[in-house]
Amino acid sequence: MKQLTVISGKGGTGKTTITAAFASLAENAVIADCDVDAADMHLILKPEILDTFEFTGLKVAEIDQSLCIKCGICRDACRFDSISSEIMIDPYECEGCGVCEYVCPEGAIRMVERKAGEAYSSTTRFGPMAHARLGIGEEASGKLVTLVRYNAKKLAERYGKEIIIIDGPPGTGCSVIASITGVDMVLVVTEPTLSGIHDLERVVEVAGYFKIPAVVCINKYDINEENSQRIESYCKDKGIEVVGKLPYDDIPTKAMMEEKTVTEYSDGEFSSGVKSLWENVKDGLSEHARKRVGDLPIVHNP
Amino acid sequence: MKIAIASGKGGTGKTTVAVNLALSLEDVQLFDCDVEEPNCHLFFGFDLEKVENVNIAVPVVDKNKCDFCGKCSEFCQYNAIAVLPKKIMVFPALCHGCGGCTLVCPQGAISEENRCIGIIEKNKEDAGNLVFYRGLLNIGEPMASPVIHALQKHIDIKKTAIIDAPPGTACPVIASIGDMDYCILVTESTPFGFHDLKLAVDVVRNLRIPFGVIINRSDIGDKKVEQYCIEEGIPVLMKIANDRNIARLYSEGIPFVSKMPEWKEIFVQMFEMIRSVINEEVKV
Ligand code: SF4
Ligand code: SF4
Repeated sequence: MKQLTVISGKGGTGKTTITAAFASLAENAVIADCDVDAADMHLILKPEILDTFEFTGLKVAEIDQSLCIKCGICRDACRFDSISSEIMIDPYECEGCGVCEYVCPEGAIRMVERKAGEAYSSTTRFGPMAHARLGIGEEASGKLVTLVRYNAKKLAERYGKEIIIIDGPPGTGCSVIASITGVDMVLVVTEPTLSGIHDLERVVEVAGYFKIPAVVCINKYDINEENSQRIESYCKDKGIEVVGKLPYDDIPTKAMMEEKTVTEYSDGEFSSGVKSLWENVKDGLSEHARKRVGDLPIVHNP
Repeated sequence: MKIAIASGKGGTGKTTVAVNLALSLEDVQLFDCDVEEPNCHLFFGFDLEKVENVNIAVPVVDKNKCDFCGKCSEFCQYNAIAVLPKKIMVFPALCHGCGGCTLVCPQGAISEENRCIGIIEKNKEDAGNLVFYRGLLNIGEPMASPVIHALQKHIDIKKTAIIDAPPGTACPVIASIGDMDYCILVTESTPFGFHDLKLAVDVVRNLRIPFGVIINRSDIGDKKVEQYCIEEGIPVLMKIANDRNIARLYSEGIPFVSKMPEWKEIFVQMFEMIRSVINEEVKV
């Protein structure tokens, strides 16, 4: 089994558009939407949910006000400033560490489970899909990503699929790390803006930190060709292959409005660009997967 | 007065709004809280200098005192300490620095040391009316929230503070916008933009923060976002059309108000409107 994660660092570069198109082009893949706190892939792929898994993230402290004597010991002990001067817990700030429960002399604090979201195993017109919904303001997005990847792996085994294509979240933090650890290759979708370049460099470093090979696609390359050249020479310096360049086009938006992937929607320049991008990505993936030793680890994250 | 600029979906123009708004106002502080991918500074000419490190206190175990009882690892909610029959291991990257293991260790074998996970920077040269701060999470570090909290300690509440929040709806967003006076949600009128806007609206409503919406690239896609805002009684603060010129300036790292000064007035008007909403809230 091979795993590919599509990331971008910066949002809005067209990552999900491209990943959804891959879903319609790949014949033997499972799709995993790991952008769990702004999951959009289901708007295009329209999954039919087969199984729902409740996801409990970290616990949260609860104070029994009838036992609390307002001594403030918990408040002093909490390193996350989650307890107010009136000794009320801010559930959004609480990291569920349990220190307040431990130090409370009156036994007034209890750690309770909180439902932090749901994960789903589904089918789509292009094959199986694993996805999720994270509750508002939840801590454990990395853990939920790990659960989605676990479900994707199970789906791949159940349906005999060869590839897992992961739509990763923006940024460089816990959910990104959880989305890329142990995959065979990441595809970074960038755009020729200063922000795009800056964020590309950061995620390439993250991939490098976890020793994961990266390839790059420049989307909307023609909105600033000078910047596109900068990206290409940066990639050349780093020994990173630019596997595709896609033009600025309104096709992605039009396809999105019709809830279709770009390749379903049109045969134009953009779609043929995406098709050859997919061919290149597939080749790269096979090559990197061959070099991999051992089984795919699923790494646990905070 | 603290105003956050947020968006469910990334790439909708959050940073553009934050930077251009800050440049349209007098005597303002700008905080880039998107510490995983901070971009605001790309739009300014100035250099940055480090103000401080952001540290987490992680446990250090004295191997001579530890008798491998396992109480610390039992306590730790984040699997950051593992105890085997004759071995103890700390995984600093997983540690949230809660201090629990130190508290519970019956042998007093655990002490703490600081581990740097990111830095806070500010503008080095004088930048006129603007004071700029940003946080930067180190590569490979999972936890953004402590950096955001450290960054927000620099807010001077006597001034206007503009906060560029990270995308999404998870914990770094809450850390960024949690105690704001107002939140501007930037979206675009596409199905993805609309879907993620609704998530972001849920967040600000839960936090009880007054908010309004800016529709960027308002002429692409459809009218669903606007209709939704009308139905929900959400003020549409501004619409920015899909302008090639603005896109070009953005790609080059030039704030568009500096080339299209007529926009300054529009940002100022929006700000005045927000100010009056906040003042109303205070009275109520
Ligand atoms: S569980 Fe930890 S973070 Fe939550 S309130 Fe108690 S001490 Fe603070
Ligand atoms: S300080 Fe808290 S999070 Fe860190 S290892 Fe100790 S118990 Fe775990």
